[in-house]
Amino acid sequence: MNHPRQAGQYVADQERAHWHDNVIWFMREKRDQAVKVIPEWEELRELGSQIKGHTLSRLDDYLERFESQAKRLGVQIHWALDAEEHNQIVAGILQAAGARKVVKSKSMLTEECHLNQFLQERNIQVTDTDLGERIVQLRQEAPSHIITPAIHIKHEEVAELFHEHFGTDLSASDPDQLVAVARDALRRTFIEADAAITGVNFAVAETGGFVVCTNEGNVDMGTGLPRLHIACMGIEKVIPRIKDLGVFLRLLARSATGQPITVYTSHFHGPAAGGELHLVIVDNGRSELLQKPKFNKSLNCIRCGACMNTCPVYRRSGGHSYGYTIPGPIGSVLGPSRNMKEFSSLPYASSLCGSCTAVCPVKIDLHHQLLEWRKEIVSAGVLPWTKRFAMKVASLVLRNTWLYCTSGRIFRMMLRRLPRVLVYHRLNLWGRQRDFPRIPDTSFREWYAQRNHEQQK
Amino acid sequence: MKRVGLFIPCYVDQLYPQVGVAVLELLKRFDVVAEFPAAQTCCGQPMANTGCDNEAQPLAEKFLQVFQDYDHVVCPSGSCVAMVRHHYDAYLSGRPGFDQLKAKTFEVCEYLTDVLKIETVHGKFPHRVGLHQSCHGLRELGLASSSEMVTQSFSKVQNLLQGLTGIELVELSRTDECCGFGGTFAVNEEAVSCMMGNDRIRDHLDAGAEVLTGVDMSCLMHLEGLIRRQKKNLRVMHVAEILIAGERAGR
Amino acid sequence: MNSKNKILASIRKQPVREISLPDSTGFGIRYEDPLGQFENMLEQVGGVALRVADQTQIAKTLESIEVYRSAKWVLSGVPGVQRDNSDAAPVDDPYALEQLDVAVLAGEFMVAENGAIWVSGEHVKHRVVYVIAEHLILVVDAQQIVHNLHEAYDRLSFEQVQYGLFISGPSKTADIAATLVTGAQGARSLHVLLVGPPPATPER
Repeated sequence: MNHPRQAGQYVADQERAHWHDNVIWFMREKRDQAVKVIPEWEELRELGSQIKGHTLSRLDDYLERFESQAKRLGVQIHWALDAEEHNQIVAGILQAAGARKVVKSKSMLTEECHLNQFLQERNIQVTDTDLGERIVQLRQEAPSHIITPAIHIKHEEVAELFHEHFGTDLSASDPDQLVAVARDALRRTFIEADAAITGVNFAVAETGGFVVCTNEGNVDMGTGLPRLHIACMGIEKVIPRIKDLGVFLRLLARSATGQPITVYTSHFHGPAAGGELHLVIVDNGRSELLQKPKFNKSLNCIRCGACMNTCPVYRRSGGHSYGYTIPGPIGSVLGPSRNMKEFSSLPYASSLCGSCTAVCPVKIDLHHQLLEWRKEIVSAGVLPWTKRFAMKVASLVLRNTWLYCTSGRIFRMMLRRLPRVLVYHRLNLWGRQRDFPRIPDTSFREWYAQRNHEQQK
Repeated sequence: MKRVGLFIPCYVDQLYPQVGVAVLELLKRFDVVAEFPAAQTCCGQPMANTGCDNEAQPLAEKFLQVFQDYDHVVCPSGSCVAMVRHHYDAYLSGRPGFDQLKAKTFEVCEYLTDVLKIETVHGKFPHRVGLHQSCHGLRELGLASSSEMVTQSFSKVQNLLQGLTGIELVELSRTDECCGFGGTFAVNEEAVSCMMGNDRIRDHLDAGAEVLTGVDMSCLMHLEGLIRRQKKNLRVMHVAEILIAGERAGR
Repeated sequence: MNSKNKILASIRKQPVREISLPDSTGFGIRYEDPLGQFENMLEQVGGVALRVADQTQIAKTLESIEVYRSAKWVLSGVPGVQRDNSDAAPVDDPYALEQLDVAVLAGEFMVAENGAIWVSGEHVKHRVVYVIAEHLILVVDAQQIVHNLHEAYDRLSFEQVQYGLFISGPSKTADIAATLVTGAQGARSLHVLLVGPPPATPER
């Protein structure tokens, strides 16, 4: 996975890159409007951060409490060490129930585990019911954003897709028309489904219940009809008390889409009468991340997507450039923890502007963690030797005042004397789109020394 | 009498000496005679930001040594100052003089505002100016309130500039988006870096700016590079250059 | 060792940290006119708020709603509100609700901050009715309102509530080019009838 190469390709299509940048920036603006009407917003973030920090520090206790409370309500709890085990468990539950058609609402965890593919291979049909997820599912693509998975696709392209899959008119390309088509098509799927799989936004240890948030109502539709509901959650989703939902739900939708709350905020406490409710608790590397003091704060993440909306790099390079389930700043922090070599370019796909840290509702120090990952990558010897070598040379020169001054003088002289074609060539990455500044006759220190000399005369 | 050391970033020293001169004269105007210790070279930011701590370490040590006898250290770069105050802990924690170094190192605008208690500079600068808010100065040093936060709005840099008669600070559509320099990012992710820079420039031109300014010459070097290549009509000046030019014109 | 124990053991390897659980009691924005704020927010999220003087006026207000008037099938969970062609007997098969045009149901209380209404599965035979109806009309007592979500959770108890949800507006999506479209999977419209006198303004 090479982010600069992917990003370079994305940026080459300037029209699309600008379109994408503007669409995502719009989401950042909506977030700003929604948070500015809450004068206590910064305190709310602090509360969110502290509750998460506390919970993570006692995660084992809270998970055990959650399990015992949930079991009391009749929920069947399963624990999965990794993605493979998670997939086996889910498939097992579905197979035992004879379920062949499943509806799934958005769950980044199931994306992370590649659940759909696993189930399809076992002849279990999975339909993603979140509209964005459905669109990328039909296009056989990965989601490019965790809240709006199909945000990289223009509405005309969705029209083409629906024309191909639902036989609708190509000219029916207004978002309103497209949503209406999807509503009808998905309604059929809901009616025919045997089981529903959902994610979990927050699992409450105090009561054994959990909350799932949507705007479409696809969770309620999916779980309201078929008898079998399987909910999948990462270990970090547990929160201590019901009252803590007040904090997180106020933070979540405002940060994600600029809404004061999602249209549907569904609370599940035990299975429906006559139904089955299974909950799969997944580790998949999270407990290891918890052991790393420099990175464990990334487990605060409530998957709002605000960091990617504000990231100037994400907006211009698109989610697919990151090559990881979750793109943008949080993806660039989580990816390397999963596979440092594979995702070593991600922490460098950032100018460290710090905007992500400023918007994160649970105060993850994202841009600091990106820098920390760079240090890990260098220590592990994963940084390309060319870069390492360049830094060694630069450090040697800069350590020695005389070497620095002389190199500077030579550099300036060359830039002044050499013909343009020798300065601006393919190897000069800086000079591809930028000119060097007008080269001064003297450096500051030369001017200063000369001035002092004259003053002493 | 306080001894004030001038910390001039390596690329300013070599490529933008006029910014160093402007800072020196600006400080002198407010009765501060700063010295430039010639032994200084670079704060080590490019190495540190790449994750090369071993390569940054000796530069941090050199920096501490060069500036240890000064009461204040002033620098025309938000990112270099952020490096010293927030990122040198990894290299110098516990060293004698380090805590003092952190407390005494300032970016120029915050030095004027917070230490010299100068809220604004009086003079004349009748131009339309776009203030590019460099990220380190903004979010790390708190030179202004950033657009993400729900806090009282303030800007030390804007306040300093407002005293110049005739100056018109234009309204950008994205008040504090990153310019795309980001150190080695500018070369490592060249395509995105230049697109970010071009977008910043377009924002300034659309807002009617004649001059593009900021507190970090690195951002300005990147933006000016794009401007010069495309022969756009936008002059790039460091805030210190505007302040001293304006101040002189007002005399 | 089974997976659960492996996971817990792995979690216990983390360095010990003392981070206390903060208290959010009494926290959160409050409004001079919570009902007015609720109405504003509901409108912002695409819902329609209608004030109703008292119980006797509910039927009349319902008749003023176009989707109610033109509906072929109306199901009501609010006592005393039945339309001529509505199915008075509770529907056995939730799948039959697919044809439901309008559901008129009771809401328990409102949240001023975000235009949300709390409803629960305890008051309906089939909880899917909240999303399967083409159009949703919720009837709430105008005095049952809290300022913010913290207060909402102070008020809620989940002892006997298997399924409950906040509904804030008609269903929607912004998945296509961030353009907001109403009528995704759930109701295409949401009307909220605020019945009775509004809450007294707080004492200064």
